Amino acid sequence: MIQADLNIILPEILLALYAMGALVGVVYTGKDKMAGLLTWLTAGVFVLLAIWIGASGSGENVGFNGMFHDDAFSRFAKVAILLAGAAVLVMGQDYMARRRIARFEYPVLMALATVGMMTMVSAGDLIALYMGLELQSLALYVVASLRRDSVKSTEAGMKYFLLGALSSGLLLYGASLVYGFAGTTQFAGIIQAAGDDNLPLGLLFGLTFVISGLAFKVSAVPFHMWTPDVYEGAPTPITAFFATAPKLAAMGLFARVLFDAFGGVVSDWQQIIALLSALSMFLGAIAAIGQRNIKRLMAYSSIAHMGYALMGLAAGTALGVEAMLVYMAIYLTMNIGTFAFILSMEKDGRPMLDIDALNMYAKRSSGRALAMLFLLFSLAGVPPFLGFFGKLYVLRAAFDAGLAWLAVAGVIASVIGAFYYLRIVYFMYFGEERDALDPPRSPMQQVLLMVSAAVMLLGVVNFFGVDTAAQAAAAALLQ
Amino acid sequence: MNDSLLSLVTFLPTFAAFILLVFLRGEDEMANRNAKRVALTTTVITFLVSLFILSGFDPSNTDFQFVEQREWIMGFTYKMGVDGISVLFVMLTTFIMPLVIWASWDVKTRVKEYMIAFLLLETLMLGVFMALDLVLFYLFFEAGLIPMFLIIGIWGGKNRIYASFKFFLYTFLGSVLMLVAMVGMFVQAGTTDIPTLMTYEFASETMNVLGFTVIGGVQTLMFLAFFASFAVKMPMWPVHTWLPDAHVQAPTAGSVVLASILLKMGGYGFLRFSLPMFPIGSEVLTPLILWMSAIAIVYTSLVALVQEDMKKLIAYSSVAHMGYVTMGIFAANQQGIDGAIFQMLSHGFISGALFLCVGVIYDRMHTREIDAYGGLVNRMPAYALIFMFFTMANVGLPGTSGFVGEFLTLMGVFQVNTWVALVATAGVIFSAAYALWLYRRVVLGNLIKESLKSITDMTPREKMIFAPLVAMTLILGVYPSLVTDIIGPSVEQLISNYDIALANGAAASQMASH
Repeated sequence: MIQADLNIILPEILLALYAMGALVGVVYTGKDKMAGLLTWLTAGVFVLLAIWIGASGSGENVGFNGMFHDDAFSRFAKVAILLAGAAVLVMGQDYMARRRIARFEYPVLMALATVGMMTMVSAGDLIALYMGLELQSLALYVVASLRRDSVKSTEAGMKYFLLGALSSGLLLYGASLVYGFAGTTQFAGIIQAAGDDNLPLGLLFGLTFVISGLAFKVSAVPFHMWTPDVYEGAPTPITAFFATAPKLAAMGLFARVLFDAFGGVVSDWQQIIALLSALSMFLGAIAAIGQRNIKRLMAYSSIAHMGYALMGLAAGTALGVEAMLVYMAIYLTMNIGTFAFILSMEKDGRPMLDIDALNMYAKRSSGRALAMLFLLFSLAGVPPFLGFFGKLYVLRAAFDAGLAWLAVAGVIASVIGAFYYLRIVYFMYFGEERDALDPPRSPMQQVLLMVSAAVMLLGVVNFFGVDTAAQAAAAALLQ
Repeated sequence: MNDSLLSLVTFLPTFAAFILLVFLRGEDEMANRNAKRVALTTTVITFLVSLFILSGFDPSNTDFQFVEQREWIMGFTYKMGVDGISVLFVMLTTFIMPLVIWASWDVKTRVKEYMIAFLLLETLMLGVFMALDLVLFYLFFEAGLIPMFLIIGIWGGKNRIYASFKFFLYTFLGSVLMLVAMVGMFVQAGTTDIPTLMTYEFASETMNVLGFTVIGGVQTLMFLAFFASFAVKMPMWPVHTWLPDAHVQAPTAGSVVLASILLKMGGYGFLRFSLPMFPIGSEVLTPLILWMSAIAIVYTSLVALVQEDMKKLIAYSSVAHMGYVTMGIFAANQQGIDGAIFQMLSHGFISGALFLCVGVIYDRMHTREIDAYGGLVNRMPAYALIFMFFTMANVGLPGTSGFVGEFLTLMGVFQVNTWVALVATAGVIFSAAYALWLYRRVVLGNLIKESLKSITDMTPREKMIFAPLVAMTLILGVYPSLVTDIIGPSVEQLISNYDIALANGAAASQMASH
């Protein structure tokens, strides 16, 4: 019995063992001198695991009496998380090394955070949920303040920790209420206790608190306040990580809780999610207009994007989950490309994050400016780029579920949001000539930027099959 | 070849743009010349290949022709095709683009990017007129904003930043509402295939939205969503304000493309989507649109009278002329719609030529102020002649294509709403007033301005650019059935479907009330 259970969580176990082994191994050998090697090694392990999970997994396997689900949904999320994590690791390596913050703890912590995220998206129980979430969060609190001598970085870590703790508290309180009223922590039991309609008041309270806690993690409005500060304060490679894999993990967890535990009472949480979605889209679009720092701008941009992904969840249908997964996959790709660009924005070796430093960028590096142009229009949701199809996917799901008002709100917010993406294009293409930024140094950043820009255009042909995988994933979640 | 002819025509310019992007290096004289040559050759070849579409097109067949269809993502299809309504817009686009590129021969800054932008724009414009799938249409329709945004923003005049942002955000806002309606249509009808949707009957029961009673129900709402997009694109009064800014700030070639082709997308959209797909919604809102058109004609003509910038004046005159188009379309009879399509084509030649006329003297004097000119006829006789010709065509002188369109639309609307026809006819007089006055102030009189004493007449290149436009304006003016023979059967089909749908709707609502 235990053999079968262990088989199901083998990838997680292997990754955790790898992280611990790497920690011990590096401490006894070169310490920080090994950081570069270890980063690449970790990225390699991520990619191998992703291939293994993607290629070998099949069917639905439930382990530990329903605490852990290995199904198409979790596999989709895990592959995306691992690949995004690998991409972020390799593109930040050069940046970290030159700033002397390439510590060996960084890849180790990333690996542990990834174990946490993989547990999150597989959780079938409130306890498993919390374990995964905290493993991820604790690792991320530390990496946010990796740059110990910088006030901003430590402030970011502190803020992230305090607000994260608050959200965990909310989540735990909600979970205890759910446990009290359902009599079980297992999702399979909760969904039976919740019934098909008229959710008991206690469960509704619990559900609301759980949603609030999760909304913190995906940085949906009104639980978004930490995002801009943490994004700005953390070292850029770590910001890139925050903007990608953990967002997908939290969204996956969100979907797990809503559908596995409360799938029978969609109408009870639909309004909450729809409201979170609408507020996030608008706040993300409006607040970003005033931002000059590109990392803060991307923070608000990610808030807005989470709003669109939540629109898919709000639909409460298989189509909605599929739309959310496709949207998140596209979002990850866009953000990896954009952050690969942001990482290379330097002047005289120092990071230069003001967007007007990009003045007339197109004249000096037309190829990179063009790639960035693709990504920006894709982020804004302008066809023919992939970002548009992501939006179309969630709009269709929302409309299909009778949330036409949310669809209208979404497209209006996207017009407001288009303004600040256009402004970056404006600086790059129409601005006045200024001192040039340094030429890019890291070939990995260059490669990731170009690949993700190319995906924005070529993905339009057939989504590279991601939509089929997302469809299977959504079907697995909603069966 | 016939089964992928449309794709070939559409993507030829993209291919050339790709070649330029990848293989052309450097900023020197040589590279610039090569960029121009590649662009000009490609657009000419595209035009020649597109002639195959025209010659293979069978006007008597009202179905879509040259149809090609491939599977695509999310249940959409990549489907292209032309019918009598769209085929001439395709031809207009391929015809105008070589002239536009040739007119840009003197561009000095970032020539390669300039040519790439125009080539991509051509692909996207052609795609709009050929797409037979809602999402494919939207993709081409919206993506066209990106190159135009860059063209205005990079190569535009002093106030280009404001104009480019206004252009982008204004049209984007209009279009996203259309996107929501498209999603709604997809969810309801289960397909994005345009020919299927043209005969699909969307619900038209009166419904209540936020306390308002909406006659025509879903159809009216969807009509309004599409209207938001097409009215902005058209542009119709009162959402025309982006156009004068965009025109004034755009480089000459950008203005020509904007006036000759991009503005036609709105009218094409009304004919392809609004009338056939939401007939009952159209009928409900027809009086409003007719009056908006009449106001547009009179109001913008009056505004044009007081302009001091030549391009702005012509921009307002475009809005007025587009008023005839919307009026003709929503008269929904053969003369009206024939006239509307004719007016769009003819406006494509005439206003394009007028913007080129402004470009000719702008290139020499670098100002568009009307006051800076006067008496040009003394130094530029050829220019005076050509400008005169297109001024007259713009006024709608019989014998030029401008007359046919105005006359047909007025005749069409007269049968539907005499008062609107009366008001709109007054606009004809105003248009004569502003156009002739502009001509007098710029070209006639004594040459007293010192700065103009050494101005030179048109170069052979400039004359050759105007020659095809003059020819088309004249030919269509004296032999309009060249156009109406091609569009006639399709328009007839459109109107008969429209009338049947209205009759069905009326019968259904009668049944419901009994």
